[in-house]
Amino acid sequence: MTSLAYTRTRRSVGEQAIKYALLAAAAVSVLTTVLIVLSLLRETVSFFGDVPIGAFLFGTKWTPLLGGDQQSFGVIPLLTGTLYLTAIGLLVAVPLGLLAAIYLSEYASPRVRKVVKPVLELLAGVPTIVFGYFALTYFTPTILKGFFGIEVNQFNALSAGIILGLLVLPTIASVAEDALSAVPASLREGAYGLGASKLQVSLRVVFPAALSGVVAALILGASRAVGETVIILVAGGQVARLGLDPTVGYQSMAAFIAATARGDIPTGSIKYETIFVVGMALFVITLTLNALSIRLVNRYRQVYE
Amino acid sequence: MTSKTYKPVLAAFAAALALGAAACGSNDEGSASGSTGGGKLSGKIAIDGSSTVAPFTQAAAELFNEENPDVQITVGTSGTGGGFEKFCAGETDISDASRPIKDDEEVPVCKKAGVKYGQVQVANDGIAVVTNKALTVDCLTTDQLKQVWNKGSKVKSLADVDPKLPDTPLSLYGPGTDSGTFDFFTGEINGEEGVTREDYEPSEDDNQLVTGVEGDDGGLGYFGFSYYEGAQDQLNLVGVDSGDGCVKPSTATIQDGSYKPLARPLFMYPSAKAMARPEVKAFMEFVIANQQDIAEAAKIVPLTEAQAGEAKTELQNAEQGS
Repeated sequence: MTSLAYTRTRRSVGEQAIKYALLAAAAVSVLTTVLIVLSLLRETVSFFGDVPIGAFLFGTKWTPLLGGDQQSFGVIPLLTGTLYLTAIGLLVAVPLGLLAAIYLSEYASPRVRKVVKPVLELLAGVPTIVFGYFALTYFTPTILKGFFGIEVNQFNALSAGIILGLLVLPTIASVAEDALSAVPASLREGAYGLGASKLQVSLRVVFPAALSGVVAALILGASRAVGETVIILVAGGQVARLGLDPTVGYQSMAAFIAATARGDIPTGSIKYETIFVVGMALFVITLTLNALSIRLVNRYRQVYE
Repeated sequence: MTSKTYKPVLAAFAAALALGAAACGSNDEGSASGSTGGGKLSGKIAIDGSSTVAPFTQAAAELFNEENPDVQITVGTSGTGGGFEKFCAGETDISDASRPIKDDEEVPVCKKAGVKYGQVQVANDGIAVVTNKALTVDCLTTDQLKQVWNKGSKVKSLADVDPKLPDTPLSLYGPGTDSGTFDFFTGEINGEEGVTREDYEPSEDDNQLVTGVEGDDGGLGYFGFSYYEGAQDQLNLVGVDSGDGCVKPSTATIQDGSYKPLARPLFMYPSAKAMARPEVKAFMEFVIANQQDIAEAAKIVPLTEAQAGEAKTELQNAEQGS
């Protein structure tokens, strides 16, 4: 009895230690987020001391780095540029990603799947700078201009957007595939038993049943695209402009931050503060997207489980 | 290559030093000041000023540190004016400048504070205006350049400034607003630093500008001359006519200043007080002795032999202060 009691105390001390170690690990990421928000907040508040919030949110001219009366802080062109590039990317990534996921989960033989899925995930591991220069030095001149004969600028939304799509494609495909595979086999078997074809089973039974995971995959992909910096910095141009012409370049919020932080603007100036304000706006957007994805996931999960 | 051959030597040198320091304890201060030539230099050198000169100074500092790792050199980019402000307040040892110090505004401030200095030309700066190979234009006047680049410009093709020129839609490239080249070009061409049309493609990375002009049929851009040199096969160089005929930029026309108005000398102003310190003196002498290599590393046009000789004399004068 005594020996048993002894081991129990020792174990409980160990358990406690592990518990706190795990708590500390979790706290680090929460703390980091809090600190990031605080650091953004300080400069953001100071920025809005000089620039009216309405001029920032609704202004249609973004030229914060110019001097005198040419300086303007309307974030709309940056915001639309970001969304436009993301939209082009998703237009590529969503259909391809979902089709790939359905193929891998429902159609591919285990042997094919064992090879294709890791290869697909390998694409996600390619550094984005490689994607960026692939877009700039190969995709734009050789594929878009050479092969398709599209008259695009060297820096253009089409190339950056499509490559951005290729970047998020594996994320969408992989997460969606996990969701589809997780649908219980009994659902499929029941449908087959009722005489449904493979296509009907895939699209009308498995896909809706996995919808929560699929939506999470899409939003994860969108979040990734909105925050992607390097591809757009390298291949998408650096003009913050309003418009929908895919043959010219646009600047995205993340690319603005990277480009501006790389130059040597004086610390504490209003130009410096724009970096943080745009960072804050980007943070709010991705946070909203993530919150949205959690809500959607929860809602659909209740329906199907 | 040179840096590679240095490394084992440096390591051995460092090991010897460590042994020496361990052996003779607190006695190292005396041995450091013993000789200024081959001895071990240490200390801090504060440099600030023009962002055009900064890459040159930075490259110089890196090369200098290969031989003198214990000298800490900080290079700020407050701009030529901002640099002189700190310099005349005695806060910096050397001021980087892309123009001579102003007689009416800056010289009196330095004089009043008792800061004596020398003016040493360290390099030459030139901006190349280039177009895509397909956009054949031999020469543009400064006025035509202004029509293209000025604030609010609606020029869509070069035919808008001269009907004889191609009407390919322009796609404009230039450096970002933090760049000294941007300030120089807008100041000379548009009449005021920082004033520019907004719908051009800016980049702090000159190679990206080269890529852009090379890739667009209507590509037109401007950047530091050295970047053109690295890509001359891919680009069409435009001569600039400021009223005395067309001059194309070249190392020679930039060095002698005949490429107007987009060429200028670059300076470093060491203070006489700082020059009394062995590390500052050694650094400035290093800069002039190695200006060719430093200029190459910093992608800037070097001094001519004559200019380098003059710089040496200026440096000697700087020790006395002027």
